[in-house]
Amino acid sequence: MKALPDLGPTRKLKLPKEAERTLPNGLTVIAIRRPAVPLVELRLRVPFARAHLARAALLSQTLFSGTAELSTVEIAAELQKVGGGLSAGVDPDRLMVSGNSLVTGLDRILELLGEVLSGAVYPSDEVATERDRLADRIQVAQSQPSHLARVALLRRMYGKHPYAVQTPEVPQVRAVRPAQLRALHAERLHPAGATLVLVGDLTPEKALDTAERVLGTWNGGGKQVDLPRTPPIEPGPLTLVDRPGSVQSSLRVALPAVERTHPDHAALQVANLLFGGYFSSRWVENIREDKGYTYGPHSVVEHNVAGSSFVAAAEVATEVTGPALLETYYELGRLACLAPKQEELDQARQYALGTLQLGMSTQAGLATLASTYAGFGLRLDYLPEYAAKLAATTLDEVAAAGAKYLAPARTAVVVLGDAERVEAPLRALTAVERA
Amino acid sequence: MERHTLDNGLRVVLAPDRSAPVIGVAVVYDVGIRSEPEGRTGFAHLFEHLMFQGSENLEKLAHFRHVQGSGGTFNGSTHLDYTDYYETLPANALERALFLEADRMRGPRLTEENLRNQVDVVKEEIRVNVLNRPYGGFPWLKLPPVMFDTFANAHDGYGSFDDLESATVADAAEFFKRYYASGNAVLAVAGDLDLAQTLELVQRHFGDVPARPAPERPSFTEPDLTAERRESYTDPLAPLPAVASAWRVPDPVSDFTAYLPYVVLAEVLTDGDASRLVERLVLRDRTVTTVGGYMGFMGEPWEVRDPTALLLQAHLPPGGDVDKVLRTVEEELDRLATDGLAEGELARTQARMATHLLRDTDAALNRALRMAVLEQQRGTPELLNDLPRLVGEVTEDQIRQAAAALVPQRRATSEVIAGGNQ
Repeated sequence: MKALPDLGPTRKLKLPKEAERTLPNGLTVIAIRRPAVPLVELRLRVPFARAHLARAALLSQTLFSGTAELSTVEIAAELQKVGGGLSAGVDPDRLMVSGNSLVTGLDRILELLGEVLSGAVYPSDEVATERDRLADRIQVAQSQPSHLARVALLRRMYGKHPYAVQTPEVPQVRAVRPAQLRALHAERLHPAGATLVLVGDLTPEKALDTAERVLGTWNGGGKQVDLPRTPPIEPGPLTLVDRPGSVQSSLRVALPAVERTHPDHAALQVANLLFGGYFSSRWVENIREDKGYTYGPHSVVEHNVAGSSFVAAAEVATEVTGPALLETYYELGRLACLAPKQEELDQARQYALGTLQLGMSTQAGLATLASTYAGFGLRLDYLPEYAAKLAATTLDEVAAAGAKYLAPARTAVVVLGDAERVEAPLRALTAVERA
Repeated sequence: MERHTLDNGLRVVLAPDRSAPVIGVAVVYDVGIRSEPEGRTGFAHLFEHLMFQGSENLEKLAHFRHVQGSGGTFNGSTHLDYTDYYETLPANALERALFLEADRMRGPRLTEENLRNQVDVVKEEIRVNVLNRPYGGFPWLKLPPVMFDTFANAHDGYGSFDDLESATVADAAEFFKRYYASGNAVLAVAGDLDLAQTLELVQRHFGDVPARPAPERPSFTEPDLTAERRESYTDPLAPLPAVASAWRVPDPVSDFTAYLPYVVLAEVLTDGDASRLVERLVLRDRTVTTVGGYMGFMGEPWEVRDPTALLLQAHLPPGGDVDKVLRTVEEELDRLATDGLAEGELARTQARMATHLLRDTDAALNRALRMAVLEQQRGTPELLNDLPRLVGEVTEDQIRQAAAALVPQRRATSEVIAGGNQ
């Protein structure tokens, strides 16, 4: 037998060069140097909590639909000239503008962003076009099991909290008028509390100067809007959503979790990895590699501004829906009741540490990471802190996190599938309520 | 960038880049969907799964655990003309990654139990991606049988459940012996590495992989269409109509100069709100909700051989008129061929393409993957670095000629009739 080669010496996590400045209008700009390719990645995060769901969604699709000087097509063409592109999206926490361009186009892409932020006009024709497109997209999403399962899960997890509904209904979208978009923009699209991240082949201080020169005139003001903390996830009967004829069941399991700065965070991350957070986890090795019930099961700790949660997801064959849930309870229960092995901890820890390095190894990865962290008041220097916590996590701490957070008795479970075929096997395992 | 060939025929490409302490490792075998035998649709992909089920010195599950337990991520994927296996890890795991790839190049552990398990897994993969969702397999599985006549080019690369269930361990052993030969593979490593040391490690781990020559690769070419082909099918889950058309393009490898303008044309037509078809169909006429244009049925312009195609794909609003959309596309192609491009239109499209090409190669793994395939299909991994410049050299005349070639009588079209809730 040939022996597996040892790893070379571990290299310390090295943070890239960066600079940060908060402009007088309240915009925080973070510029990070990664010169591997002559490009720049851009992420602008603007707090958008409690914005009207349908209006916010349509605003994100029409932000680039014209200013007093430029049409949709002209904005797109001007961006393209410098190899650039920008797009916007919303979630219950923020509006995010993402894009990139050749690094020589940094000034220009910021200028165009600034023009849109200060002067988007939401022309009636363009709004009408995008309104129809958004309605069509939502209709298509509503035919996708992953979307339907997500909708049901959010409702089950969050009850009356604003996170419970994240996609508008088609009639709500159809009711949105351009004046409402202008009003929402005027009310909420302000630099206070917003963060602009620039990553690329740039000199950080110079990039800050450019951002200040171009975006320093984006008007201040606006108001801070906060969400209440998310309610605790209520355990209870499994929620069964009928999708007649479905050849697979979408299985979703939610559990409580903690934010990145919580003392239990690193241990919970490891416990999540052990359960289903990576391929070499108990759940994946069980229901995929041993039993062949499913293709891509995975679990993740999701962080939102108002609270964190653990979500496990698998699409399983209809005929093994009951058995798949049984194995899911079994693997959660095992983590909640029995201490894991040291080698499992070592393997998961190494994975968590290594993937931190990988996540920082591209401009786009760094930009998304820095922007996400900024949304939680964190900076890239959180990474070495987190790495140190992972390195120090003990078996007892992982076992305690398993018991505290991953107990099957605390789960909120949603199954979307052919109810006629899956309800009886599910009822053999737990109480079931039809959605 | 350095190229080597080991004594057993394995080709090696190494590309150091010290910008981040990570590496990407890719092994590409010259076998794909087009090479699978009749009666064994989906076999190339099923076999890809079997390459993760243990090998000469490794138990089942060991590969995953060793890669991830070294801080890395892994995957494999099956394409029309190749199958890749790859991992990206912190640079201190380089030797381990080479060991893992060399071990399965010597031979996977093919057992009845693992085969049955992975047939089940693949069936669930097909259910997730094709059977249980709207527009599953559209158009990459639906359009080839309209455009092509031979089994190699026309068949369903994910495979029928019947064929998958009929697969045997003996089939797998034969497939490995024939196609997974050292002489039929390329290894590429990119990232934070030392050239001399890496070459020595490659030699140490791959040097004793038994030498087997590459099998002869047949030509899969077919004659171009001389009359329009069009088919439609009802997708019971799809709420809105959709359509995709494809036109054959020049051989991407042997006639690269003639092929390149089509790659740029696809972007002139559909990249962003300032592109021809988005402006016309989405923003002005509102006859489609989205339109996209790309090269090859799996959307990989630089990683496919002949025969291949330029594809246009559109989703329509409720009750949308597919014929009208196709007529408008004809009109716009004709306008482009006749009147040419607007001032600056080509340059801005090329600038955006340069960004995409550079961005694609920021990650060490992506560089390794692309170089491996370029080496395998062309013997020119350095093309990776030349693509932004070459794309920038395409001229307006070439774009006009390419647009002029996309005529209806050379077109294959697949139409989705919405059968879902409307």
